[in-house]
Amino acid sequence: MGRHRTAAGVSTPLLRLDGLSRHFGGLMVLQDVNLEIPRGGIFGLIGPNGAGKTTVFNLITGLLAPTSGRIEFEHHSLSGCSPHRITRLGIARTFQNIRLFREMSLLENVMVGLHAKLGYRTHDLILATGHFRRDERAARERARELLSWVRLDHKLSDRADNLSYGDQRKLELARALASNPKLLLLDEPVAGMNSGEKDALMSDVRRISERGYTIFMIEHDMRFVMGLCQDIAVLNFGRIIARGAPDAIRVNAEVIEAYLGREDDDAAPDGAPGAAA
Amino acid sequence: MLAQQLVNALSLGCVYALFALGFTLIFGVLGVINLSHGAVFMVGAYAAEQAVSHLGLPLWGALIVAFAFSGVLGLVIDLLVLRPLRARNAPHLIPMIATIGVGIILTNAIQGIFGAQNIRFPEQLVSNRTISVEGIDVTALELGIILLSFMLMALLLLALKKTQLGRALRAIAESPRAAYLLGINVEGLFYLTSFVAAGLGGIAGVLIGLYSNALFPLMGKSMLEKGIAVIILGGMGDMRGALIGGLFLGLAEVLSVAYVGSSMRDAVAFGLLFLILLIRPRGLFGTLMERKV
Repeated sequence: MGRHRTAAGVSTPLLRLDGLSRHFGGLMVLQDVNLEIPRGGIFGLIGPNGAGKTTVFNLITGLLAPTSGRIEFEHHSLSGCSPHRITRLGIARTFQNIRLFREMSLLENVMVGLHAKLGYRTHDLILATGHFRRDERAARERARELLSWVRLDHKLSDRADNLSYGDQRKLELARALASNPKLLLLDEPVAGMNSGEKDALMSDVRRISERGYTIFMIEHDMRFVMGLCQDIAVLNFGRIIARGAPDAIRVNAEVIEAYLGREDDDAAPDGAPGAAA
Repeated sequence: MLAQQLVNALSLGCVYALFALGFTLIFGVLGVINLSHGAVFMVGAYAAEQAVSHLGLPLWGALIVAFAFSGVLGLVIDLLVLRPLRARNAPHLIPMIATIGVGIILTNAIQGIFGAQNIRFPEQLVSNRTISVEGIDVTALELGIILLSFMLMALLLLALKKTQLGRALRAIAESPRAAYLLGINVEGLFYLTSFVAAGLGGIAGVLIGLYSNALFPLMGKSMLEKGIAVIILGGMGDMRGALIGGLFLGLAEVLSVAYVGSSMRDAVAFGLLFLILLIRPRGLFGTLMERKV
C-alpha cells in the first residue's frame, strides 16, 4: 500500500554516511555504518532497542561527533558543523522525547521554527520597517499553513502543553518543517499514539513527502514503517544488517533473528517483521 | 495626601521596574543572576553625568549615552566573563560569584576616578516646573520618569510578545537547546540580551541620579538588593512580574516613609515582601523557580 514513488534511479544521494562509527568509552554504539539516502521519498531505519538508531540522528544533526567516518549532505561535509549550521544547511528533525516550547502557542512554536529562514535584521525590527511587517505577516501565514498540514490549524492559539501527546508530536513535525528542510528526520513519530492517530499521521506524512520533502524516519511501529517507506535499513548492535524494500526486509532471515533472537527485548514491536513471515 | 504619595510611588516604582526588567531579562534568557547589574546601572549614571558636564549634552543625549555606555559594558561583561563560563558549562552559582567580582571592580574603578563623594547632575538639566492637577503636584522630572519608563517597558514587552526576535528569546528562555537545534543563533541573542538589559539599567541609573539628586559609587548596591527583591517578588524571569514588583516596592517604600517614618522605609518594604513571599513562595507570576521570559 501507498508506495507512491520509488527511490531507485536517483544518481547522487542527498545524504551519505561513510564508514561512520561512534564509541562511548569502550562501548561501540555504531560500527562502520554506510548508508546512502536518495533525494525524495521516505526512508526508514529500524532495529531493536539500543541498536544505535537515535545515535545515527544525533551524528547527522551534529549533536554528537563521530569517532570516525564522515557524513556528507549535498556535497557538504558535516564534520565539525554546529547543529544550528546543519539546520541552516537544510536538515531538520523531531525528537523521541518531544521538545516543544510548552508555554508558547502552537502558532508561536512554528514561527520560532521559521526563525532560521527569515532574513530579518535587528534594525528592521527596531525601526518597524515595512520589510519587518511583511516578514511578520508572511511568517504567520506560513506557520498557519504548516499547521494545516498536520491538521492542527484549528488550535492555533492554544498553548503547546495543553495538547494531547499525539498532537504534540504533530506540532513538533510542523515546527521541523518550518525551516523548509531538504531532509526531515523523524525520531519515532508515532510513539505513544493510538491506532487512529497513527493512521491519520501516516497520511499526513505521505502528503508531506508528496510535497517533495525527503523523509528519513526511525520507527518501531512496523505497520507504520512498512506502510510508508520505500526503502528500509536495519540496524542491529551498531551495524547495518539489511537494506531493501519492505517486502524483502520482512522475510530477511537476519532481520527476523535480530528481532526474535533476543528474548529479553521488551520492545519487540507489535507486528515485528518476524511475525509477518 | 494619599494621591500625592501615589504619584511619588509611581515614579520611584517605575525606575525600580526598569532596573528589574533588565535584571530579570538576563535571568530569563541567559539563566544567570548577573550581580554586576547594580554596578552597570551606576556606571551608566556616571557616563551620562560626564557627557552632560563635559560635552554639554541635553537630557535626552545623556540618556542615550547612558544606554549605549552601559549596554556596551554589559556586552563586554558577557563576552569576557559569562561566555567563557557558558563554554565550560559552569554551574549557575559560578556566574553569580564572577559577576559580584565584576561589580566590585567597576565600583572601585569609579571610586578611584571620581572619588567616593556624591556628585550631581547640573540643576538646569531638568526643568523644575511642577504641574498641579486637583491639588496633586507632579514635577516635570516625575512625569518624565513615568512616561519614559512606561514607554521603554511597553516597547520591550511588545517586542518580546509580537516579534520573531522576541519569540526566539522566549524560546531560548524555555529551552536553549531546542532553540539552538532549530537554527536560532543562541549566542548572538545572549549578547543582544546582555546589551539591552544593561542599557536599560544605565537609563535607570540616570533617572535615579536625577530623582535622588546624587550619584555615588555605591549607588548600585542598594539598587541591586531592591532589584533582587523585585524579581523574586515578581517571579524569576517574568517580565510582568518585574513590572508589578517594581511598582509595588516603590509604593511600599513611599507609603512607609509617609505613614511609618523614613528610618523604617526599607524595613517595612522588605517586611511586606517577605509576607507576600510566605503566601506566594514562587512570586506573583512565577509558576516555577525556573528560567522564563
